[in-house]
Amino acid sequence: MPIKVQIPAALRRHTDGVGSITCAASNLGELFSVLDEKFPGLKPHLRDDKGQIRRFLNIYVNEEDIRFLGGPEYAFREGDEVLLVPSIAGG
Amino acid sequence: MAHYELRCRECGRTWGNQPRSICDDCFSPLEVTYDYDALRATVHGSNGHSPFSRERISQRPPNMWRYSELLPLPQGFEPRLPVGFTPLLHAPHLAERLSGTTEAAANLYIKNDAVCLPTLSFKDRVVAVALAQARAFGFETVSCSSTGNLANAVAAHAAREGLKAWIFIPADLEPAKILGTNVFGAKVVRIAGNYDQVNRLCSQIADEHRWGFVNVNLRPYYAEGSKTVGFEIAEQLGWRLPDNVVCPMAGGSLIVKIKKAFDELIKLGLVEGKEVKFFGAQATGCSPISTAIKTGSAEIEPQKPATIARSLAIGNPADGHYALKTIKSSGGWSEDVSDPEMIDSIRLLAETEGIFTETAGGVTVGTAGKLFRQDRILPEETTVLCVTGNGLKTTDVLAGVYETERPIAPKLAEFEKYLQQTLDIDEVADIVAASEEAASVGA
Repeated sequence: MPIKVQIPAALRRHTDGVGSITCAASNLGELFSVLDEKFPGLKPHLRDDKGQIRRFLNIYVNEEDIRFLGGPEYAFREGDEVLLVPSIAGG
Repeated sequence: MAHYELRCRECGRTWGNQPRSICDDCFSPLEVTYDYDALRATVHGSNGHSPFSRERISQRPPNMWRYSELLPLPQGFEPRLPVGFTPLLHAPHLAERLSGTTEAAANLYIKNDAVCLPTLSFKDRVVAVALAQARAFGFETVSCSSTGNLANAVAAHAAREGLKAWIFIPADLEPAKILGTNVFGAKVVRIAGNYDQVNRLCSQIADEHRWGFVNVNLRPYYAEGSKTVGFEIAEQLGWRLPDNVVCPMAGGSLIVKIKKAFDELIKLGLVEGKEVKFFGAQATGCSPISTAIKTGSAEIEPQKPATIARSLAIGNPADGHYALKTIKSSGGWSEDVSDPEMIDSIRLLAETEGIFTETAGGVTVGTAGKLFRQDRILPEETTVLCVTGNGLKTTDVLAGVYETERPIAPKLAEFEKYLQQTLDIDEVADIVAASEEAASVGA
């Protein structure tokens, strides 16, 4: 299931400057495994010591917060664009 | 060297001073921390000098810059606008209506940022600090995502500072808030989406453009400006803290920063230590924080906003987690009000105290009424309601509430006829009796 993942500037020092990748993943768990393998330095920044997604990391699929799509269980569809946003600011 | 710097709120790593809002290690938000030991010496005196004592502060000009020592301002910063120091008003008539007792009349106050200058909302405070830093960091363009009040403030302050402003707003904002941004010459970008979508887009834009986003990469500095609401409340109460604060919540930052302000005043010995209860107010149609409080959840679940209180329509509040902690740890609570309750509350505040607030103020007043009825706020306690914006910006929500009167001819007889038709029988009898009495006294 090819999907596109956008990596924001704050994370790029752990991806050798790579700002986006296309990969195959059917859900968030699989996507994180792909990222772990490709960018080992990224792993501790995405999940805490207990393996939970970090509280302040926001994940969007096609501009929608993944929590409105069923959360981590959401099944990616071909062509989905995933965006990682560390610590949403604003307000 | 500056007496403040950025520090991660979770892992504690320090980041010096730079335009950034998140910790690269754990992605948690950053906040400004100060050298409190050095500040304590300025309060209590060293070598015979105590420039930051209560007495010296009270001699300074009546604006938010009187608390500069507790703000992250660049060296040599000269304020160009007298922002803040808005009235703290007794609200006896409102108190009676909200509490149903006369006892509350002496104890309820409104912190009235509906008259904060220059753009009539508390956002002038945060923007004033953010733009001081924007200049210091060399930004030529400042920007923000906004639900309206922030847009007005960034546009106005940028005009004053000679900076370019790019403002991103949800397309359906109140016309007065859009016009109140356009007029300052800012570039307004309307986004077909809600605030949370605008905000997410701004995070992406901030990655690509070297702009000073006041509520993204300048956010730790910007948020400190909110503390001045708390400093002023304490000083205006005679250097003491209230028992309760009721505060509207959108992103959740203001309530957290008022608490920080009180903690700092206690830490520096400017006020006596005291446990203040913090109460959050939200619109029912966008209530992620109050829902978490009421359901006992430790996490904030985002919501899709559906409320006329557009200034509070943030479904994914950046400081929701910290607002939740502030309220819970203080022993406070959070409530929310429906759109009709909000309108009733706007009218109640206006009719009882002569203050015309925007929808967010209606949310605060309506929430306070619920808290009185639930006995969470007691009449004998000193309570401050934070009114953060001006009703002239959201007049559209009152459309249709008041009938347009049929005009009458400019003749006294016409007016007397109108009076008879308008007033009820008892009132007419009273007026006739009063005018007869006046005539007999005159005779």
